[in-house]
Amino acid sequence: MTTASVTAGTSRADAPPPDEPRIVPVRHWGRWIAALVALLAVGGLIGSLARNANLHWDIVGDYLFEGLIFDGLATTLWLTAAAMALGLVLGTLLAVLRLSHNPVLYGLSTLFVWVFRGTPLLVQIIFWGYAAALYKKVLIGIPFTHITFISGDTNSLLTPSVAALLALGLNEAAYASEIVRAGIQSVDAGQTEAAHSLGMRPALTMRRIVLPQAMRVIIPPMGNETINMLKMTALVSVIAAHDLMSNIQDVYAQNYQVIPMLVVASIWYLSLVSLLSLPQAWLERRYGRGQSAGGTSPLARLFSAGVLPRKAANAQAGPSKTVKDPA
Amino acid sequence: MTTTPQTRPGGTLTTAEAMVRAEGVRKNFGRLEVLKGIDLTVTSGQVCCLLGPSGSGKSTFLRCINHLEKIDGGRLTVSGVPVGYRQRDGRLHELREREVAEHRRSIGMVFQRFNLFPHLTALENVTEAPVRVARRQRAQVREEAMELLDRVGLADRAHHHPAQLSGGQQQRVAIARALAMKPRLMLFDEPTSALDPELVGDVLDVMRSLAEDGMTMVVVTHEIGFAREVADTAVFMDDGIVVEAGSPRDVLTRPQHKRTRAFLSKVL
Repeated sequence: MTTASVTAGTSRADAPPPDEPRIVPVRHWGRWIAALVALLAVGGLIGSLARNANLHWDIVGDYLFEGLIFDGLATTLWLTAAAMALGLVLGTLLAVLRLSHNPVLYGLSTLFVWVFRGTPLLVQIIFWGYAAALYKKVLIGIPFTHITFISGDTNSLLTPSVAALLALGLNEAAYASEIVRAGIQSVDAGQTEAAHSLGMRPALTMRRIVLPQAMRVIIPPMGNETINMLKMTALVSVIAAHDLMSNIQDVYAQNYQVIPMLVVASIWYLSLVSLLSLPQAWLERRYGRGQSAGGTSPLARLFSAGVLPRKAANAQAGPSKTVKDPA
Repeated sequence: MTTTPQTRPGGTLTTAEAMVRAEGVRKNFGRLEVLKGIDLTVTSGQVCCLLGPSGSGKSTFLRCINHLEKIDGGRLTVSGVPVGYRQRDGRLHELREREVAEHRRSIGMVFQRFNLFPHLTALENVTEAPVRVARRQRAQVREEAMELLDRVGLADRAHHHPAQLSGGQQQRVAIARALAMKPRLMLFDEPTSALDPELVGDVLDVMRSLAEDGMTMVVVTHEIGFAREVADTAVFMDDGIVVEAGSPRDVLTRPQHKRTRAFLSKVL
């Protein structure tokens, strides 16, 4: 019976009966012309870049896998990871404080976000880099007592790497707190009530019920933040934190090959950003569980846009059609 | 209003012990007075149905019973213990969040909009609180949860997420989730109001079987048929007060008050 219906379906698709009019899809000529023009323009630009002698592809090749560049890459990567971790933990804490009923904690959290979001990151980085000019010594302890936990010379504690990490991490915390707050507030109040009515305490409710659901809203923007962070680490070159950009600048300060070295930097930043997009897609799928089916792949969009031939789409629609009419 | 002991369809003789006792309970939302002095007693093992037009305060009163809303006046006790307060030296001391949480463990609540946890499967929804709150053995909890899901007719949907279930199925999972904490009292806040008409029956069947097992239940509902058939007490509320209370036969078929009659003529 199944085979019979399938053959009936296919034969119908191949040669429609004479009494049934054939469906002619709209031809999108405008799309084809626009695509052609765009491809020509981009192709021309790439061609001229490839043939430009000032780009010195040989120098790009020489430095692409240079040891100094790899050292910088390593610094950029751990700085990105550590700053994001600091930002996310501190940001979540700030978000919870901002949603608390304690007016002092709410006020402090708001003040933090106001200061760190309201001043340029570059200014903050230089501030941390020159912190020794503000405080000669660092002393962390309990105020008005003689108890101290950390004390020492500012310059020896706040190395360029630590200063870079603090600047990036604290700045990120301000942005992350707003993202986390929006995520927490996006979860229906009924979820908290249901958890409370089961006897769950506020902290457990937050950890097990609210935050996992908030993640669905938090992850896409945090993915963007991570990608941004990777690129913003280039700013810490102003305090010579030995990240990728610092080392690139060191090289072209000596050999004056500014453009080829910037191409090396761009190639690495682009590759890393591309790699970072993969875990983001995976996390979005994971925390999207229990929601609607996931989004369509870029390839599927090409088909549906009508740029690629419609045959593929017909092939998908075919079998389901035969199932519908088994007669 | 006090109810006398009586035999239940389940056959058990209920004691006169009051599960819920409200005396002059008042509640305001800002300037708006939602509850204007509610007096109500629900005896252990009884089913009490709260009826009335929307805005009459029935849901608010129900939410006061497990302290989702704080009362502004009067006395409200569950099993003799004041809800949300501790009595000491003739004063009522407000409880801490975790003490309130402790109280809520013995009170199950079912919501109009189900409020299942969408990121967990049906089974995980049921096991979450016994494992995380009561800290019981996972294996044993799972076994009991499967029995509960079987009882509400959803054992085959145990590994589905709420979004993959119909409204009626979600509500039955929500009932199983509340029962997993072995509550002494079950609160139902319009459990069938958000359901398609053909799905209402399954949920009411589950509630009916719970009542037959002798569970103490307070049900806010518009299902007059259910109230007439299952309830031991029907309470008609309007404008923040109890207008009329008594056996469903009296309240629903021979209402004494004009407001009750007007309401019933609209819904029947």
